[in-house]
Amino acid sequence: MNPAILALEDGTVFEGRAFGALTERSGEVVFNTSLTGYQEIFTDPSYAGQIVVLTYPQIGNYGANDGDMESARPFIEGLAVRDFSPIVSSWRSDQAADAFLKLYNIPIIDSIDTRKLVRHLRTRGVMRGVLSSISTDVKGLIEKARNIPSMAGLDLATRVSTSNLYTWDSPVEPCSPSERVRGAGSGAHHVVAYDFGIKRNILRRLVTSGCRVTVVPSGATAEDVLSLNPDGVFLSNGPGDPEPLEAQAAEVRKLIGKKPVFGICLGHQILGLAMGGKTYKLKFGHRGGNHPVLNRKTNKVEITAQNHGFAVDPDSISEHVAEITHVNLNDQTVEGLRHKSEPVFCVQYHPEAAPGPHDSLYLFDDFMALMQEHRQ
Amino acid sequence: MPRRNDIHRVLIIGSGPIIIGQACEFDYSGTQACKALKADGFEVVLVNSNPATIMTDPELADQTYVEPLSVPYLTEIIKKERPDALLSTVGGQTGLNLSVALAEAGVLDEYDVELIGAKIDSIKKAEDRLLFKDAMRKIGLETPTSQLITDMKAGFAFADRVGYPMILRPSFTMGGSGGGIAYNAEDLEEILARGLDLSPVGEVLIEESVLGWKEYEMEVMRDLADNAIIICSIENFDPMGVHTGDSITVAPAQTLSDREYQMMRDASLACLREIGVDTGGSNVQFAINPKDGRMVVVEMNPRVSRSSALASKATGFPIAKIAAKLAVGYRLDEIKNDITRLTPACFEPTIDYVVTKIPRWQFEKFPGADPTLGTQMKSVGEVMSIGRTFKQSLAKAIRSLETGKSATKEEALDEALIPAKLITPTAERLNYILFAFERGWTVEQVFELTNIDPWFLRQVNEGIELNRSLQAETLESIGAAAMREAKRCGVSDVSMARFWNADPLAVRAKRKELGVTAVFNRVDTCAAEFESFTPYLYSSYESECEAEPTDRKKVMILGAGPNRIGQGIEFDYCCCHASFALQEFDHESIMVNCNPETVSTDYDTSDRLYFEPLTLEEVLNIYDTEKPDGVVVQFGGQTPLNLALPLQRAGVPIIGTDPKNIDLAEDRRLFGKLLEDLQIPCPPNGTATSVEEACEVAGRLGYPVLVRPSYVLGGRAMTIAYDEDTVRRYMREAVVFSQDRPVLVDRFLEDAMEVDVDCLSDGENVLIAGIMEHIEEAGIHSGDSSCVLPPFGIGAKELQTIQEYSVRMARALNVIGLMNVQFAIKEGNVYVIEVNPRASRTVPFVAKATGVPLPKIAVGLMLGKKLTDFAHMTQGKTSGVLDVPQFFVKSPVFPFNKFHGVDPVLGPEMRSTGEVMGVGENFGEAFAKAQLSAGSPLPEAGTVFISVSDRHKSEAIEVARRFAELGYKLAATRGTASMIKAAGLECLTVFKVNEGRPNAVDLLKAGKLKLAIYTTTGVHSFSDEKAIRRAAIQYRVPCITTMSAARAAVQAAASRRRDPIRVWSLQQIHKGIAAGR
Repeated sequence: MNPAILALEDGTVFEGRAFGALTERSGEVVFNTSLTGYQEIFTDPSYAGQIVVLTYPQIGNYGANDGDMESARPFIEGLAVRDFSPIVSSWRSDQAADAFLKLYNIPIIDSIDTRKLVRHLRTRGVMRGVLSSISTDVKGLIEKARNIPSMAGLDLATRVSTSNLYTWDSPVEPCSPSERVRGAGSGAHHVVAYDFGIKRNILRRLVTSGCRVTVVPSGATAEDVLSLNPDGVFLSNGPGDPEPLEAQAAEVRKLIGKKPVFGICLGHQILGLAMGGKTYKLKFGHRGGNHPVLNRKTNKVEITAQNHGFAVDPDSISEHVAEITHVNLNDQTVEGLRHKSEPVFCVQYHPEAAPGPHDSLYLFDDFMALMQEHRQ
Repeated sequence: MPRRNDIHRVLIIGSGPIIIGQACEFDYSGTQACKALKADGFEVVLVNSNPATIMTDPELADQTYVEPLSVPYLTEIIKKERPDALLSTVGGQTGLNLSVALAEAGVLDEYDVELIGAKIDSIKKAEDRLLFKDAMRKIGLETPTSQLITDMKAGFAFADRVGYPMILRPSFTMGGSGGGIAYNAEDLEEILARGLDLSPVGEVLIEESVLGWKEYEMEVMRDLADNAIIICSIENFDPMGVHTGDSITVAPAQTLSDREYQMMRDASLACLREIGVDTGGSNVQFAINPKDGRMVVVEMNPRVSRSSALASKATGFPIAKIAAKLAVGYRLDEIKNDITRLTPACFEPTIDYVVTKIPRWQFEKFPGADPTLGTQMKSVGEVMSIGRTFKQSLAKAIRSLETGKSATKEEALDEALIPAKLITPTAERLNYILFAFERGWTVEQVFELTNIDPWFLRQVNEGIELNRSLQAETLESIGAAAMREAKRCGVSDVSMARFWNADPLAVRAKRKELGVTAVFNRVDTCAAEFESFTPYLYSSYESECEAEPTDRKKVMILGAGPNRIGQGIEFDYCCCHASFALQEFDHESIMVNCNPETVSTDYDTSDRLYFEPLTLEEVLNIYDTEKPDGVVVQFGGQTPLNLALPLQRAGVPIIGTDPKNIDLAEDRRLFGKLLEDLQIPCPPNGTATSVEEACEVAGRLGYPVLVRPSYVLGGRAMTIAYDEDTVRRYMREAVVFSQDRPVLVDRFLEDAMEVDVDCLSDGENVLIAGIMEHIEEAGIHSGDSSCVLPPFGIGAKELQTIQEYSVRMARALNVIGLMNVQFAIKEGNVYVIEVNPRASRTVPFVAKATGVPLPKIAVGLMLGKKLTDFAHMTQGKTSGVLDVPQFFVKSPVFPFNKFHGVDPVLGPEMRSTGEVMGVGENFGEAFAKAQLSAGSPLPEAGTVFISVSDRHKSEAIEVARRFAELGYKLAATRGTASMIKAAGLECLTVFKVNEGRPNAVDLLKAGKLKLAIYTTTGVHSFSDEKAIRRAAIQYRVPCITTMSAARAAVQAAASRRRDPIRVWSLQQIHKGIAAGR
């Protein structure tokens, strides 16, 4: 078994065993507290530029399969776990998680004290790191970690976005004979979805809810979008800092008032910027499947899937422009916004789940209703 | 939707005595509920017949009733207390069923009591199999094909349609009582007949088999605002077919992808909403076909359950406490998470460790019982362990079981038996899986025979492979990396010592030398995402210790481990009270235990909680980290006592009675010498370390003799031998003995009266807390005997002698804390049978009867205080005997209905799982209530069947006469009947089983006999006697097997006719004592 090293910019080093690819990768080290759904995490483009630590210690147990792909390939830079399982037990599995990551040249460090690492990140904040299964030069690795560009100010969304426009027509498929999934909708609404690193399950959910979806690159202008004659515009999730996406925010600003707009995660932050707000970096972000969010309208709590390192500053949003519709009950951060006068709303968390709970699927129906309303 | 202010007084119904399927997890849930509601300003009225519970402590509720859990008694309590609401969901199936019964009897309406927690409709929908299936179908969830059967014919017709095997579940029974798997028509006949009989509504659900499917449980909570969350998912190691209470289970689920997990989550929430559980916790069980992921709902419990206790301990989320708060109106997001303090309870815990639960069985106590595990739960307790990985967790759980160090012979594993032992689940299956891998079986081979998920099997196999590589090392050769890897996988020092033929302490020393030491991680509900303010800890071999010990004065309490017969909730009661007392005496309390069902493993019972196996290695690890000023070993039963001397040798300060003196009381030679010096008589006795020596000693003492191993609790492997053959067989087959641990041989005092004494001693003064008169004579294990406070059949002179002897022994042993003595009185002579300088099983009973908090005072004494410091709590007394103002009877509860084919006759080996208490103005009333609570109510009228051995015949006539005077009819077997008739009483003569028909068994089955009094000579138990006792158990006819109990029954029967239904709260009784009544 090859050794692997995870070196952080502050000089902290974890030594473990290597799985996955024998290589060296670097990125911002972040942790996710979900108990299930590692493959969706690997393949979520929002993790671009990040080495992911999973807090649940037993990872790899159910392998990897085609149905759980959230994009065409994994986007994480590396994976850090306590106990990686090279063997698989699941009727859904197509291959071992190890082989899957190896295929995309992604290294895994296993057998490290992930709890210590998480406590470290929690108290010091997320930081840069290098995961290497080819070098044992600890000093050199720390030095490399210090030289990685910081996530703040980095436009990763453009990097992971599609370069060409395409249409998406696959709905959510049941994962077992017992899963009851609504059949695909009528396709009555045409949605243009900005791809800032979009997860497939958002696209599947849109189709299941009744949309025809055209996916456009992150550089698409408002005119490009409007020329497609959509009933609504969707702003996707994606990696990195929203601040550098000024151009995208400016285009979105032009769309407000013209078409119903729905944003998720990075899309929410871009809408925040477009509505005159500011964003800021969270100390260690929200990544997991158990975050309680209060919907102020229904006064009910939704358990949500989250994956973000930045948030919209509530004080920066004028109450005349937008209202805060959803709040995170753990730390009172903004989780949802709705424009005061125009058909525009967005959430910071992931109603499409994958991985995570399905409590907030109603937002897709809300989007349909909004498009229906504005069509007439 | 905050706290409801329209209700003020809440009634909570507990779950009654500890029985298989309903154990101390409901003490945990009830205690949490009481604490939560009281802290919030509600008045709590609690009813539970079980005096050993922490919840029935007078401090936990405003009014505490230790009264029978039946509609008439509850009605009386409701009439007296007029509660506004009844919380139905924290008292197990008993509490739920009784709530339904009270509602259906119109009592709740009459007295305007609102049912909170779960409503009647929801309870019915969840509990009634057909309604449940309809409800599930409505929300698109599958259930196994099934049919509700009310007669045998329909059962066979269904079998023809669906085919075998089939699962049978009687409606409205707990712990799957009476259920089973029918593989053929013969099985169906037997199980269906039994199930129809046991179901209170005469219904059995027969179901398509999903044997071998993966089994899961989801713990769910919901508030009145419809916020619903999953607390924990649990995956069973054992696939479908084994009752979940008998399954090894793992949290969280290990082999589900997120899609499958979310499907199950959605289904759980839909189920909760459809059933209509408005508030509180529920659990939903699922089966998943491992081949294609098809999911069926197996069942749901609309209440806090055994799994809720496990889930609470596994995640740090206090389900019962939150359930109680939700029931009185709070929303989940209005309640804070105790552990993180800053975040709300409305979230789903995430964990960064693996939790394993393993049940603890005791088939060895029930020879003849079917050891197969099926749909009816048979385990008596469980352990839980926490590890950073499944391997570590499983290894710790196996150690926590404390098997393998018993004094009795265990069957050696037999390679030829591997296939059979893997195919048919029994208590031994895990051992055989380990054994199979040791013998080179592959994961595939084991999977084929067990259907246990290959992921689990692979992990187990890797553990065995690791052991193999360790065996290639030696104590000298092992390196730091290999040592760390071994410890991270959970290998114990003891195992390595065995591999290397070394002393475990040498392994420990070597390990420390290599820099491999245990650290402690926190259970924090959030995988370290937020700071934890609660020191709820488990050990690991990670790189960072989060224990953060304080520099306060502190004492560590060693708990009792898994519930076992003879070592149960009574000891948890003592440990919890020790912890409360320490906090009151300004000491930090540190609890160590591994039983998830208990109050002691609740994170807010003690200042600090270590959820760890009670082994020398693990306790020393905690000691090294905490450096407590003292360790308490006398409250947790035999488990901590077994550790006392090794701990003391390792330099750990044990407080209270010196472990050497505790040990001395067990050492027959030293103790015999002490008694001789003190001039206290004991039955003639000796010790033996060989078969021949045992026969020689027995011959010298004269038969009958009582033979038993040293250092056991609960009379394990204790036998009364009437001849040398029995002694020989016993020595050869039943016990393990050595020079250190000889077999004890005592002359058995036939027909003696047995007495239990609990006392407090500070080394100078000795205060007798209670002198308990046993209702069954000597020879019946004290835990299986009913007993009464105050004694009423013991002469003043003997009482005086008992006191004097007790004081003398406490002083001689320099007892600091509690001591228990068992005496026998025969022909006016008082003999000491046994002394235990530690908390006994009867401590909670005595504490509740006297109103004196015995464990608390004992802890004070252990900290150096004197009895004079506590005089204000002890009726002003520092010597003599505490007063009791009424009669209190403690009666045992037996699990014979779970073990078909077992002879329910009582003997020196303890077999009861729980106990109840009856309170009365007179003995008869107290005994009648205790019998009612114990589930064998004495009949108000009808025929009493009497069959006694010759030496009991004259006494039997007196008993018969009294019954006849009370208007009962009499029936007896030929010999007894002729005696009764000769005494001028009317009596029906009944055939013995082998004499013809209809015989006694036929009449029992036909319901013609309402009470059976049946004694034997004790030499042999004949098959017809056994048949009568079995039939009595099966048809729920109270069966009395001793004459003293028969006399007690007469008094109870008289009370039932004479005394009205009346109830007293403990607070009321204790106030009476304080007022000098």
